Amino acid sequence: MALLEVKDLQTSFFTDAGEVKAVNGVSFNLERGKVLGIVGESGSGKSVTAYSIMQILASTGKIVGGSIKLDGQELVNAGEKVMKDVRGNKVSIIFQDPMTSLNPTYTIGSQLKEAILLHTDRDKKQAYDRAVEMLRLVNVNEPEKRMKQYPHELSGGMRQRVMIAMALACEPDILIADEPTTALDVTIQAQILELMKDLQEELGMAIIMITHDLGVVAQMCDEVVVMYAGSICEQGTADEIFYNPQHEYTKGLIRSLPSVNTAGQKLKPITGTPIDLLNMPKGCAFAPRCDAAMKICIDTKPERILVNEDHAATCWMCIKKAIDNGSIIVDNNSKGGDAQ
Amino acid sequence: MSENNNQNLLEVNGLKKYFNINVGMFKSKPLKAVDDVSFSIKKGETLGLVGESGCGKTTVGRTILNLYKPTAGEIKFNGKVIKTKADLNEFRKKATMVFQDPYSSLNPRMTVSDIIGEPLDVHKLCSDKKEREERILELMGHVGLNSEHASRYAHEFSGGQRQRIGIARALAVNPEFIVCDEPVSALDVSIQAQVINMFGELQQQLGLTYLFIAHDLLVVRHISDRIAVMYLGRMVELADAGEIYDHPLHPYSKSLLSAVPVPDPKIARANKRIVLSGDIPSPLNAPSGCPFRTRCQYATEKCALSMPEFKEVSSGHFVACHRVDEIG
Repeated sequence: MALLEVKDLQTSFFTDAGEVKAVNGVSFNLERGKVLGIVGESGSGKSVTAYSIMQILASTGKIVGGSIKLDGQELVNAGEKVMKDVRGNKVSIIFQDPMTSLNPTYTIGSQLKEAILLHTDRDKKQAYDRAVEMLRLVNVNEPEKRMKQYPHELSGGMRQRVMIAMALACEPDILIADEPTTALDVTIQAQILELMKDLQEELGMAIIMITHDLGVVAQMCDEVVVMYAGSICEQGTADEIFYNPQHEYTKGLIRSLPSVNTAGQKLKPITGTPIDLLNMPKGCAFAPRCDAAMKICIDTKPERILVNEDHAATCWMCIKKAIDNGSIIVDNNSKGGDAQ
Repeated sequence: MSENNNQNLLEVNGLKKYFNINVGMFKSKPLKAVDDVSFSIKKGETLGLVGESGCGKTTVGRTILNLYKPTAGEIKFNGKVIKTKADLNEFRKKATMVFQDPYSSLNPRMTVSDIIGEPLDVHKLCSDKKEREERILELMGHVGLNSEHASRYAHEFSGGQRQRIGIARALAVNPEFIVCDEPVSALDVSIQAQVINMFGELQQQLGLTYLFIAHDLLVVRHISDRIAVMYLGRMVELADAGEIYDHPLHPYSKSLLSAVPVPDPKIARANKRIVLSGDIPSPLNAPSGCPFRTRCQYATEKCALSMPEFKEVSSGHFVACHRVDEIG
């Protein structure tokens, strides 16, 4: 059994302009000790997926369908009491912006201790020791001194380390990292990614890495979920997604990246602009921007199809290809989309 | 892109920009945002300027256009030093800027045609209304906007389209030189490529010269002919784009380049990163001697004592490092 099973998750925001289906039928599995990347553009629903798992959605947002199972325990509609035990204890999250996710009026020490006292049986002295130990673990120099400092006295990279220390203090099974390095410089990003990778191997936790940067995905992730307009368009192992992409959106993303070899040439961008979630097309959400779109793509939503056992895509082209060469593999959905 | 044209369009000599920062109630201290930076850009060329936040790359761009008054140094445009107000006015018809944030750099109360038309009005480039209108539509065509967009407001557009409006505004005065300050970093990946291509097309059509400031090294590599690397207000390396990628000489450039996440799992896994320890020092408390020495694995006593000279080590390849001969 997978550590985390997300099946047909649907999360909507109810705004004055109507219902925004931010996440619409997302399924994936996360195994213990694996790193799963969720890639997509702004508005693709990658962060909302993470917030749904933690159930920390804004007041207008609501999980309207599907199931999230952590270690076999259903979390959707489980109630706040269960969630309090899950958050910080079993699943932790670190946010994009280390500048705003720490409270500026409390010292680093008191914020770290708060998390530890809340979730464990340690007394104050033990909580202090644990906090110092955690700061040392994330390579913060002079941890005792940092405990007395306020967030504004630390640099961005240092604050993100403190966030990681706080997230890991209660030894969670899953760490959700929501664009953890986007606000940081490249050399600092390299430090933080290295640290996360080391800690993941040392502590054996699973990571959900939410990012728009395919470079970060390539470096960190075992498995990748590509999202567009609230749905998964493709998922599989990192090698499958990068070297054998099937969905036109994934192909477009990889093709459009500048690299050492594209100097002086034109890039091949994806045409059009990202979709308006209030005005979703009837068929495939990517069809209006897809160069290979067929008539059926505009009329009917495609089903998920297994490309091979490590790889699934939601695209009519793949279905057509599979029918043409008679190799259609029925996805019985029992795996919930995890490629094993 | 500058095969047979070796004339320098822009020359920057010894540019300095210090900001006075209050450090006590009555004391202030100079923050050396840009310290003694010199370079030149040839006609039709793209110079990429990279570095981490706080290294002074944006300040260089803004000081060149006199949006910040330089503390010292000289800027030559087309061989002529910009000194008087009249020079500056003339210069600003030839040199414009595209800003990073397409959300805050467009006035929400102005329509697209007013935004693009404003530079035309300021520099009195159109004699009548009809000419102004035609020029605005022509500019919108250049950046791939439709004529029906002219009467809309900026908030009605997506990030990528807003950046197109900002570029059209920069093109309005028919410039020769554009400072592009992180023009694609606020855009989504799928939109980024569209805008990068547009910069390339416009350069060819209109013979533009760019100073392209960015922190995304793959984007800079793609678009630039030459690349300059900055650290703590100083230029540490300058060379042809290919040369600096294949043979970076300064230890900082080396680690910066190795830190770039490559979107290819096999390369990424095999890649040996040079992970720098520590953070960038505060520019208010810059280290003595070489600014990079506190994070440099090759630093010796000499590095703390004197500032390395920014010198040419091979044709067109400039480096500021005392130990470049040993570690290169």
